Amino acid sequence: MENLLRRLGARALLRFQSLGRATIIWIQAMGWIPTLSEWPLLIRQIYTIGVLSIVIISLSAFAIGAVISLQFYTQLSRFGAEDAVGAGLALVLLRELGPVVTGLLFAGRAGSAITAEIGLMKTTEQLSIMEMMGVDPLRRIVAPRLWGGIISMPLLTALFNMVAIYGGVVVGVQWLGADPGGFWSGMQSAVEPWEDVGQGMVKAVIFAIVVTWVAVFQGYDCEPTAEGMGLATTRTVVTSSVFILAIDFFLTLLMYGDF
Amino acid sequence: MRMRTVEIIVGAFVLAGIIAILFLIVQVSGVNFSDAETSYTVTARFDDVAGLRPRAKVSMAGVNLGRVRSIAVDTAYGEAIVEIEIDGEPGNLSRDTSAKILTEGILGARYIGLAPGSEEETLQDGGEITETQGAIVLENLIGQFLTSLGKD
Amino acid sequence: MIEVEDLCFVRGEKVIFDHLNLKIRRGAITAVMGPSGTGKTTLLRVIGGQLKPDSGRVLLNGRDVCTMSRDELFRARRDIGMLFQTSALFTDMNVFENVAFPMRVHTDLPEDTIRDLVLMKLNAVGLRGARDLKPSQLSGGMARRVALARAVALDPDLIMYDEPFTGQDPISMGVILTLVHDLNDALGTSTLLVSHDIHETVSIADYLFVIADGKVIGEGTPDQLREHPSRRIHQFMHGDPDGPVPFHYPADDFQFDLLSEAE
Repeated sequence: MENLLRRLGARALLRFQSLGRATIIWIQAMGWIPTLSEWPLLIRQIYTIGVLSIVIISLSAFAIGAVISLQFYTQLSRFGAEDAVGAGLALVLLRELGPVVTGLLFAGRAGSAITAEIGLMKTTEQLSIMEMMGVDPLRRIVAPRLWGGIISMPLLTALFNMVAIYGGVVVGVQWLGADPGGFWSGMQSAVEPWEDVGQGMVKAVIFAIVVTWVAVFQGYDCEPTAEGMGLATTRTVVTSSVFILAIDFFLTLLMYGDF
Repeated sequence: MRMRTVEIIVGAFVLAGIIAILFLIVQVSGVNFSDAETSYTVTARFDDVAGLRPRAKVSMAGVNLGRVRSIAVDTAYGEAIVEIEIDGEPGNLSRDTSAKILTEGILGARYIGLAPGSEEETLQDGGEITETQGAIVLENLIGQFLTSLGKD
Repeated sequence: MIEVEDLCFVRGEKVIFDHLNLKIRRGAITAVMGPSGTGKTTLLRVIGGQLKPDSGRVLLNGRDVCTMSRDELFRARRDIGMLFQTSALFTDMNVFENVAFPMRVHTDLPEDTIRDLVLMKLNAVGLRGARDLKPSQLSGGMARRVALARAVALDPDLIMYDEPFTGQDPISMGVILTLVHDLNDALGTSTLLVSHDIHETVSIADYLFVIADGKVIGEGTPDQLREHPSRRIHQFMHGDPDGPVPFHYPADDFQFDLLSEAE
């Protein structure tokens, strides 16, 4: 019993220690303001993190928008409330699915890539030699990835929402034949610019911070072996997905909860 | 890849993202940036607005005329005071225009429907619509129906 | 140039350095030798300020590395070139960009000058023709030469080599040996080299330290060490398999071990 407690205590301490390390890394890297010669680093990261994720984000968005529209239409048309399809689709996307699904895809596509890249650099001592050259890897490697992710993900979320609504229009209006006027006006009267669009974007920014933070830390802190890198990459996807879902619940409670 | 190409693509990506955000604000949530053109404000008092929200549309004969700007409550009279923004110059609505709170379909959103009056004089900026009919609340209807059943 | 005073370094339960003292002269090739696992790499990392010792001082040009702030440390490192055992080339850049990297980060030289300088450095290691290759296309020996060119890109005052001869075929070993020697002479830098390859090290070093068990057990010029009275140094210098440093990892009596029951 005592042994068990001691082991639990030791584990808790280890967790605190890694949280502390992660926080220090994050603060040091977030304070980065790119100088003129460092701008290309950020641009390149937005390219690898953001632009290269567009295809998977758009494909998923179209499919999800189409299927939601289909579900809403078949259910709502039984009450003759086809006009509510647009409203339901937009609210579900803007408030929840847009940021959450983008976050999950982002963790799988970009987060794991960030971890693997930084982990490889650590394993092959590239980070270490950089430090010995008097170049701070936190500035040179970590910071551009953090910022690249934080800039890219809200943009990806907006694209996701737009494409998903288009997918909903294709299925709901063009295929199933909901009235376009009712579709759009129902949507427009239900959706609030700040409450729905704005707060959805706030969620996206928070998820972006979480995913990039987890990804960068796992890479930076991984055990410098091939096995350690694999483990760290898996951990990035698992940890950031769990964080996204848990944080989303509390954010929703905070933003839309009635009390 | 050449840095120039990367920069151009990233620029396009950021632009696409911003366009998407604007799309969401304008097309999806229906914010109208042409507000500033010309519009004037009138108020209307309703006994019940049940579910009417700011920025709900205001229409006459199914055509958009403006939108709800704000909703306040007058606790002394137990009435809701609704500020309505009407597009265009004052002078297009007669003084005895009436306002009704309606619902789009059965489950749709609430909006204000205006019906024209007959007077020559028109509503001015800051004027008030006096003929109003509040929202039909389903519970009240059922209540009335039940009491009328009881009377028979 | 470098003075290591009373350095103590403990990692976990293991004492790696126990009041270690070293002096490295300017302009000379100094080698630190010792069996594997004596913390030679750790020593380089402590001198470079990447690891903080538990006590003791490391003076670099009279200033203590251990008490420098992060910024001061990063500035001081610009005058140090380092070659890791693994070469550690940046995998996302080609050979040219690898060598140009320190110049681009630390100087504002125009592109033309950088190009000339990089080609000079690459020429010195004989890889000017390989400038467009990616690190993955290089052999181990070539990668190490590129890393060497990168280490001297900013003409450092001090170059530190971590096991430069390990895992090289005889030809590239000879090439690196010559390069280490020539770079020291040509650039007038000081060289610190840690290695356990005795013959190569002895052939180019001006002064040698032998460390074991966290202490310096012998120092001197190559000739002095060869004639050193200590049996341990003798064993190390001549590569005898058994001696004061036992062949066997500490274990129970062999006969007893064989007779005891398998667990």
